[in-house]
Amino acid sequence: MQPLPKWADLVLVPLISLALAFFVAALVILAIGESPWFALKTMVQGSLMTASGWGHTLYYTTSFIFTGLAVSVAFHAGLFNIGGEGQAQLGGLGVALACLYIPWPHWSLALLGATIAAAAFGAAWVAIPAWLQAKRGSHIVITTIMFNYIAASVLMFMLVDVLRPIGQQDPSSARFPAEVLIPRLNQIPGLDLLFPRTVPANITLFLALTAAVLVWLLLWHSRTGYHIRAFGKSPGAARYAGISATRITMIALLISGALAGMMSVNNVLGDAQRLLGNSAAGAGFIGIAVALMGRNHPVGVILAAFLFGFIFQGGSELGFMTAIPIEMRVVIQGLVILFTGALDMMVRMGLERVFPRAANPAKPTTAGAA
Amino acid sequence: MTTDVTGRKAGGPGGINPPASFAHAAAPTPAAPTPAAPVPAAIELRGISKSFGPVRANEDISFFVPKGTIHGIIGENGAGKSTLMSILYGFYRADQGEIVIHGRPAALPDSQAAIRAGIGMVFQHFKLVQNFTVLENIILGAEDGPRLARSLARARKTLADLSREYELEVDPDALVEDLSVGHQQRVEILKALYRDADILILDEPTGVLTPAEADHLFRILRGLRDQGKTILLITHKLREIMEVTDNVSVMRRGRLIDTVATAKTSPAALAELMVGRKVLLNVGKSPATPGETVLSVENLSLSDEQKVERLRSVSLTLRRGEILGIAGVAGNGQSELLSILGGMTRPGEKVSGHVTMGGQPLPITGKAANGKARREAGIAHVPEDRHHHGLILDFTAWENVALGYDDDPRYGRGMLLDNGALREDAARKMQTWDVRPPIHTLAAKNFSGGNQQKIVLAREIEQDPTVLLIGQPTRGVDIGAIEFIHKQIVALRDQGKAILLVSVELDEIMSLSDRIAVMFDGRIMDILDPAQTDEAAIGSLMAGIHPAEGRPAGETPPATSGEA
Repeated sequence: MQPLPKWADLVLVPLISLALAFFVAALVILAIGESPWFALKTMVQGSLMTASGWGHTLYYTTSFIFTGLAVSVAFHAGLFNIGGEGQAQLGGLGVALACLYIPWPHWSLALLGATIAAAAFGAAWVAIPAWLQAKRGSHIVITTIMFNYIAASVLMFMLVDVLRPIGQQDPSSARFPAEVLIPRLNQIPGLDLLFPRTVPANITLFLALTAAVLVWLLLWHSRTGYHIRAFGKSPGAARYAGISATRITMIALLISGALAGMMSVNNVLGDAQRLLGNSAAGAGFIGIAVALMGRNHPVGVILAAFLFGFIFQGGSELGFMTAIPIEMRVVIQGLVILFTGALDMMVRMGLERVFPRAANPAKPTTAGAA
Repeated sequence: MTTDVTGRKAGGPGGINPPASFAHAAAPTPAAPTPAAPVPAAIELRGISKSFGPVRANEDISFFVPKGTIHGIIGENGAGKSTLMSILYGFYRADQGEIVIHGRPAALPDSQAAIRAGIGMVFQHFKLVQNFTVLENIILGAEDGPRLARSLARARKTLADLSREYELEVDPDALVEDLSVGHQQRVEILKALYRDADILILDEPTGVLTPAEADHLFRILRGLRDQGKTILLITHKLREIMEVTDNVSVMRRGRLIDTVATAKTSPAALAELMVGRKVLLNVGKSPATPGETVLSVENLSLSDEQKVERLRSVSLTLRRGEILGIAGVAGNGQSELLSILGGMTRPGEKVSGHVTMGGQPLPITGKAANGKARREAGIAHVPEDRHHHGLILDFTAWENVALGYDDDPRYGRGMLLDNGALREDAARKMQTWDVRPPIHTLAAKNFSGGNQQKIVLAREIEQDPTVLLIGQPTRGVDIGAIEFIHKQIVALRDQGKAILLVSVELDEIMSLSDRIAVMFDGRIMDILDPAQTDEAAIGSLMAGIHPAEGRPAGETPPATSGEA
């Protein structure tokens, strides 16, 4: 088949998929007896029309950029890291330990320390599955899923038995000291004009954008990135070239785990300011959809993360403002994943049928056959 | 020896065979010698065209295959042979044109329809279930009903008849995985005949066969023809066309250039029709002036993950300024030899033996035995499988130029790659090696086989290696590029490089090598001087039969006695 023009592949296919997903979501909303138009208006109103809406949307976007990048880096090495959730939870533990037990003199150093701790804990959590994959061939999808459950249990144990302050009922850590708290967007000079009230989005947003640039540099401008992509596209060619499969599997997954862990800087240090039970809140899984939709490219990941941030925030608004249950945002997410990921080929094949005709109009009509 | 082509010029497309004669419903005369003879047509194509987007794979193809003949279709890669056959077998639908089978226009929307029309296909890569018996494979998809016993009984009887009639002996109860390649191919033919095919299409059937097995196949095909079957043989080997076909159609760039009676043409004339210009079929090369030994291999053995011995105690030496050719049917240890020397054995494989290069021992196990270390030692490697090893098809041409040399300081500083330097280097290499199109931002998969191979060759040869390992240098490469690649290999030898050439094309081994090692079942059967041997002798060594008369012993004693 004739390949699609690049712009159609990159822009048109996801947009059409997205439109289809929202169309089906509209049908579902109609089916439960509500107005899809009102639902969409509420979502847009609640996520993009107010400063507070933007503050929430960007907060979710920040988390999804990290987890999306995490899945992308592993994916370029041909590895499907499905354990972003567990790695993010462990990253949260790292942030909490760094913030509670190290007396940081200034928030900037705390941010640096918390980021390093989050990355180290996230990477450490994927290190065992990575090693099993690299050395024993145990499938990374299976092991990382298992490690998600273990991570949840480890976190619960730590919260209930180690980090919970005496006398407190709920399983969470103590609040972080005021010295380590990083600025929210409404506390940053200049941005405070845009955000008059307290918002969850914080300075980690810029860390996420920096991470996206670094991932881009890594994958397309470094030797290690070349090795990762070569191994991902063709393990045989990588072996021929003398690229060590063990080494690349480890490196790619450790970077992936570190990125997933770093999302906890956003939610644990940036917003909650203490470690809570279900701190990752599914962002690890949404990262898979973000990477899929963003075509594993940092720019795509940022855009897709923003889309999912919008759905997340708009969806909670639906729960607050309308009779539509908040679970509808899971339905919309599911549909977006279904259409942009699994049914992507359907749209593509449809477009391929349209495009050659447009590109090659001089197709000969039936010439005189015998 | 150099043969200049002095053949005829290309005729117009579809320049022969007026179809008026197919109305003759007279008794079929077997083996009609010329296409214009008054016999009914088994297949007639009229103005078949097929485009994939802007690419015209087939353009206005018309030809006529008389019943009871063997019809060759020859052409370079990408000439449109496979597309045409896929249309005949119902995989693709033609944009225009008409297919007439036995005088009736046939619509072939799918392969079931093709089978019903009496067309059987033997693919290049067999479509057999490995752990089924021959009988089970034959009835697969053609069972008579839900109960297998009846179908199997009927098939057993039919199979016995077919085997007797056509020299197609196969044990019906053998598991397919235990059969030799030649026998598996017979199962494919039997499968088609069991479905009452009277038109048989064979796609590159001899690629995996020894010369003896190929001869047997040709005997079978002639037998089938004499019983009135019609055979379409697709190949790129001129020798086979000359040997077995009655008529031959030549395709070039999607068009049918000419159809001629095989008896009235010559290999040189066919080659010229295929390429559209004169071609040198043999490489002009001066005698080798070998220098000192650079690579010596002693008792090299390899067992794979299943503990099957693939390479058994192989010893050989390679000198400067010579081409050592390794002949053998695919899968007899050549790939493993290249894989050890190129540093790309898999972790589960056990390797033993000694390899020294320029007097220094070369590690063959452990972490030091990898492709990068080999390149640093001066061994460049053009792998047998350029799609899975030599290139990353999804990468651009310029990214592929760095494959294996990605740590080279020329291509960047420290941890970063200098993409600009890489692009420049790629553009220059593509120019000197005449890679077409010379667009270094194009993905490797979008180049033709010959141009892909040129990218690999340019990358490996321009590193100025001491030893060059080349596997199947011209597999899937068109004739025009073959000539160029062969010249480059000889030129490299004349610069004093040591070249180890592995090829399953005996012609290629014969015309390029200064010494020929024949491999069978993981062993080197013998090492021969090409001037003092012939294809028959090499052919029997390739089949594991050591000639009774005492040849000068090779570097390993022949181990197997005559097993066919």
